[in-house]
Amino acid sequence: MGILKFFPDVLKNLVSKPVTKNYPAEPAVYPERSRGHITIDIDDCISCGMCVRSCPSSTLRVNKAEGLWAINRFDCIACGYCVEKCPKKCLHMEPGYQEPMPNKSEEVFRKSPEVMKAEAEKRAAQLKKAAEAKKALEAKKAAEAAKTAQTAEKAAE
Amino acid sequence: MAKKSVIPFGPQHPVLPEPIHLDLVIEDETVVEAIPNIGFVHRGLEGLVELRDFNRMTYIIERTCGICSFGHGMGYVETIEKIMNVEIPDRAKFLRTIWAELGRMHSHLLWLGLLADSFGFESLFYQCWRVREKILDLHELTTGGRVIFSVNKVGGVIKDITPEMQKAILDTLTEVEKEIRDLQRTFMGDYSVQSRLKGVGVLTKDQASMLGCIGPFGRASGLPSDMRVRGYEAYGMLDFEPITSTEGDSFARCDCRIRELYQSINLIRQAIAKMPAGDLFVPVKGNPDGEYFNRIEQPRGEALYYVKAEGNQNLTRFRLRTPTFANIAGLCETLKGADLADVPILILTIDPCISCTER
Amino acid sequence: MEVKCPGNFQKEVTADYLLENIQEMKNKKLRLCAISAAWVQGKYELSYSFADDDTLELKTLRIVIDRETEIPSITDFYPCASFYENEMAEMFGVKVRFINGDLHNKLYRINVETPMLPKEER
Repeated sequence: MGILKFFPDVLKNLVSKPVTKNYPAEPAVYPERSRGHITIDIDDCISCGMCVRSCPSSTLRVNKAEGLWAINRFDCIACGYCVEKCPKKCLHMEPGYQEPMPNKSEEVFRKSPEVMKAEAEKRAAQLKKAAEAKKALEAKKAAEAAKTAQTAEKAAE
Repeated sequence: MAKKSVIPFGPQHPVLPEPIHLDLVIEDETVVEAIPNIGFVHRGLEGLVELRDFNRMTYIIERTCGICSFGHGMGYVETIEKIMNVEIPDRAKFLRTIWAELGRMHSHLLWLGLLADSFGFESLFYQCWRVREKILDLHELTTGGRVIFSVNKVGGVIKDITPEMQKAILDTLTEVEKEIRDLQRTFMGDYSVQSRLKGVGVLTKDQASMLGCIGPFGRASGLPSDMRVRGYEAYGMLDFEPITSTEGDSFARCDCRIRELYQSINLIRQAIAKMPAGDLFVPVKGNPDGEYFNRIEQPRGEALYYVKAEGNQNLTRFRLRTPTFANIAGLCETLKGADLADVPILILTIDPCISCTER
Repeated sequence: MEVKCPGNFQKEVTADYLLENIQEMKNKKLRLCAISAAWVQGKYELSYSFADDDTLELKTLRIVIDRETEIPSITDFYPCASFYENEMAEMFGVKVRFINGDLHNKLYRINVETPMLPKEER
């Protein structure tokens, strides 16, 4: 009889447990390649700006003087182009989507003060070395110019 | 003499996946003429090409549409590779073919669900989309996104399909094949489905070829035009035939798409078996200079990509002519003489993807 | 099996001989694939692409005209061309005469006139 064709399925559905997951209680499981959001190891960043130039939706902002990297998470489309373009490989794509919020905001990452101080010292040391090298070069040029003037005088005599 | 009145159909209608507006001129419940009107999802993506350089544009063009997104990325990148004379490695070709066929499967399953919804068979709609979820899980496993993949770049692909993922794909396809057979039994065998679809919206072969109909819409009327026979990417190394039908009504179009699902499963199995080892991409330097017309087979038909570049970072012109745009003429022809209750079904049989049509 | 049709066949025609070339394409039973327009260095470049489904080739006719030239419509030969020509007229401002099924710039419902041209030309 047609009406009893579904009877075994009905009995099975009555005794089996639900197929759906109890979502907020049980956290969602994403595959490892899932593209959710971008994170950065801020202390390795050299503020070159390659990621800013490569973003299709212009969500990134970089400031070298303050050691700052800012992202507007609501505009990010999670394409992964900045991760590919970063020369220091300090950007990573992690699973997990952006939660809803009442208004759009930027998330700002700043370098820690120790790293900023270390970089400032390195820059000062480099400038000093460059200034000394320039002075040495000028002294050498002056000495050579004096020597050629001396030999020219001797030849004229 | 019956009185003519004009009914607006859309842009908001429960059966349409995307907004399109049609002005239907009707006489006593029979449609006499249909005038289309689009532009509700127009984002000006072709104009954006002048502001973003050609590498970044890959990610933007992929997001033209959510259903046929991999095809757009692949077609754009292929056109630029042809202009710059870049030959991509064989493994990249096979990977792109596998992703394109997975995209085709998810698109056809989505369409089957919408068709069932359009004549009121909602439980069949849920079953089709439940099968589609398994394909979307495969997408997320291999590329990271459920509908937008972001794996194409000029010169190859970015990510690889490891042997564990290949095994997962083959296992899922065995399950999915069994479930599609159950769906096919309902679509083809059920009396109520047949009475809504048989004999509705008939297009003969001559009419279809004069109106320039492409894709499964044209193949159901007998025109064997399938761009995959051209042999782009890895299709030249795989074995298949275009699927055609002879009746030309909505039932034949449904039948063609279900048979294409089986064909896609077969193609993916062949591609995984024949995939060679190798690099994923070749490095590409410089800017494109020249122009080229490229055609690929999207799930909805033949899509044409035209790129014109003059040696700068930004392209001069990019034109994307999608299959739905070419089928709108066929749609307006099938609507003449149709009942008002059949209008949603006829609009769905061309598989309208309006976001692609008005980039 | 190798890749067929490696290139696109392209032929330059002038606006006066357009309809004769279209008649030739129709006699060979080719399918109209697309009509594309581009604004390059002050002129329109129109490309009429026809597809041959037997040899899988794409034949393109190229016309270069300036802003004020009028070209005839090809809807007498290919009725499906009306949508392409309406789109071309609305987006680029190309002047096409006698479209069969002219929608008078109402195909796309957008506020701006001829959005694909640069601002100084509108």
